[in-house]
Amino acid sequence: MATVIVDGIQVEVPDNATILEAAKLAKKEIPTLCYHPDLPAIGACRICVVEVEGEPLLKTACNTNVRDGMRIRTISPAIREARQTALELILSRHPQKCNECVRNGTCELQALASRIHVGEISFPYRQRPGSPDVSSGAVGRDPSKCVLCRRCVQVCEVIQSVGAIAVQGRGYDAWIDTPFSRALSEVGCVYCGQCVDRCPVGALFEVSHVERVWRALQDPEIHVVVQTAPAVRAAIGEEFGLPPGTLVTGQMVAALRRLGFDKVFDTDFTADLTIMEEGHELIGRLRDGGVLPMLTSCSPGWINFIEHFYPDLLPHLSSCKSPQQMFGALAKTYYAQKAGIDPSKIFVVSVMPCTAKKAEAARPEMKDSGYQDVDAVLTTREAARMMKEAGIDLSKLEPEDYDLPLGVSTGAGVIFGVTGGVMEAALRTVYEVVTGKKLEKIDILPVRGMEGIREAEIELDGLRVRAAVAHGLANARKLMDKIVSGQADYHFIEIMACPGGCLSGGGQPYPTTPEIRQKRAQALYEADRLLPLRKSHENPVIQELYREFLGKPNSHKAHELLHTHYTPKPVYG
Amino acid sequence: MATIDLKTAEAEIPVIELLKKAQEEHGYLSPEVLKVIAARTGQPLSKLYGIATFYSLLTTRPKGKYRILFCKNAPCHVRGAKRVLEAIVSYLGVEPGETTKDGLFTLELTSCLGLCAVAPTMMIGEDLYGNLTPQKAIAILEDYRARERSEHA
Ligand code: SF4
Ligand code: SF4
Ligand code: SF4
Ligand code: FES
Repeated sequence: MATVIVDGIQVEVPDNATILEAAKLAKKEIPTLCYHPDLPAIGACRICVVEVEGEPLLKTACNTNVRDGMRIRTISPAIREARQTALELILSRHPQKCNECVRNGTCELQALASRIHVGEISFPYRQRPGSPDVSSGAVGRDPSKCVLCRRCVQVCEVIQSVGAIAVQGRGYDAWIDTPFSRALSEVGCVYCGQCVDRCPVGALFEVSHVERVWRALQDPEIHVVVQTAPAVRAAIGEEFGLPPGTLVTGQMVAALRRLGFDKVFDTDFTADLTIMEEGHELIGRLRDGGVLPMLTSCSPGWINFIEHFYPDLLPHLSSCKSPQQMFGALAKTYYAQKAGIDPSKIFVVSVMPCTAKKAEAARPEMKDSGYQDVDAVLTTREAARMMKEAGIDLSKLEPEDYDLPLGVSTGAGVIFGVTGGVMEAALRTVYEVVTGKKLEKIDILPVRGMEGIREAEIELDGLRVRAAVAHGLANARKLMDKIVSGQADYHFIEIMACPGGCLSGGGQPYPTTPEIRQKRAQALYEADRLLPLRKSHENPVIQELYREFLGKPNSHKAHELLHTHYTPKPVYG
Repeated sequence: MATIDLKTAEAEIPVIELLKKAQEEHGYLSPEVLKVIAARTGQPLSKLYGIATFYSLLTTRPKGKYRILFCKNAPCHVRGAKRVLEAIVSYLGVEPGETTKDGLFTLELTSCLGLCAVAPTMMIGEDLYGNLTPQKAIAILEDYRARERSEHA
């Protein structure tokens, strides 16, 4: 431990703490812009400068470690001037179109400018190089708004091991770009949106589906159904001022109903269905000597990643569609029949924590219902934006229930939103199906947690099933390299593209930090604990669906509607 | 987590040497050339492109048949180089650093050509031109074009 004095206040901090962390303990919030707790601090913006006694120059608090006995000042005339100049330079290259900007109200630059007043900007405005690109239909870029914090570059390279974008040029004229200014779709971008989540400003964003959803809602001819992904209920409350980790399932349902959706259904229902299909697929591969380890397939960022970077491993992927796509295929077949509605008049909207889901819904093969199975995908943020525009404050509503039948789910479905959750849900069902015995310990703790790669073993009638879980694509890459080199003796691997799983997907409310991820995860495990049914195969509507419509898991009809195939793709198209 | 500097020199020196060599061989760093180096070094293409755009001696665009080096130094400047350059830019339709669509000229700015006595100056290929005015500069460029056309005719 080290003792440091921050503005006269003495605090004890770990030896390797930064000045920024020490100041926090002294209850002083030093302003930052390029710093993000998930990423290596690179000291790019110089907003966080402080004075250290005995040092002639100002220090950047985010990447300077404390020393025992260090005396720090976090505000002084010199500090104020340095911060103002740094901010003024940034603003002089910024279009400042807040009223037209998707980040109006959540922008870190806006917040900084309201905290540090620079007054009139004395440098003339010069636009940054680089041109806007929304061609991916999922993740959009507007380099003119970039402040060059480099968070996107770091998250893409360090956490996702993709490296689709990097710093180009140098100095005053540097900018963030893809190689040769290609579209994101041509440089191996997987549309995870982790860069969108980390971007402090409006330079990165989701390609919006808000208008097409409004159009559908306002068309009396169209029957608009909505599905909500597991992770959304643990985060959307944040958009309405509730603390992270507040579970708002029922209030979210009420708010969506007030927006005008004809039916409010739950992706958790098809998460349960995914477990039935994927669980039986695993049992089949174990029994018949199929390709192992089997890899989960519900995270579209991960699917894009393996298609681009490990095409040879595609046979390992489960052929199951993601819960979003299973839902779309059933909404326009099973549900349409049951409700007596012409499927061409059904419009399926998803509310997802994810940007990659937009691209997934648009994949040409996702038409097994005879129509595009999912018509529009809203991120959690976009759904909240629509509610706010309509004057609906979710936090003030009484909880309501999902509609029948596609709104019934179990605890196994809800934990799909957190890393390890798909594995846990699958093991709960696979165990009971294979052994015919009741699983006593429903909570499978070894697969929980935020460790990048986790392993577990479960005994199934004499066979020890070895499982691994990875989240964040750099961790996925490590496991894939193990498979390639023949060192992976697992049977089943769960991969989620985003760190922490869908709960910190690229479409979730700003910001996402390690603490916020923890809280959202707790909320999902709490939701699981509170549900009367916690195993997918016990879901009565799933049982009915198989009886009435699909036959049995992995049946011919199930394969037609609920399974898919994958295509190797070059990294640089 | 350790601090990483995205432009860490040590890690990139061998890559830079590779890029320089590739440029010598191919004239410029095309997407195809960089893809080969990306596969060889395991570096993402975006980073290689970043290095190529960082160092002015590297270029990601093909060079024209004739390289125009236009002097941007003070003696030329005070004798009207700015107006001459503007005329060239608008005549060729390219900014400094770019190559004309017909692939004939690459316009580049340079520091002193050692001909300050006859400023403003430029060099095209191996030939030096001085005492430039906007009209004179364009006449010279038109000459090159005409010569090119007759060679092809
Ligand atoms: S990025 Fe922020 S500061 Fe820039 S226009 Fe958008 S809201 Fe305003
Ligand atoms: S969406 Fe993901 S893969 Fe694409 S640039 Fe952003 S972080 Fe990289
Ligand atoms: S695009 Fe956003 S995250 Fe990336 S450097 Fe610019 S401001 Fe930072
Ligand atoms: S926050 Fe420390 S330099 Fe940007």
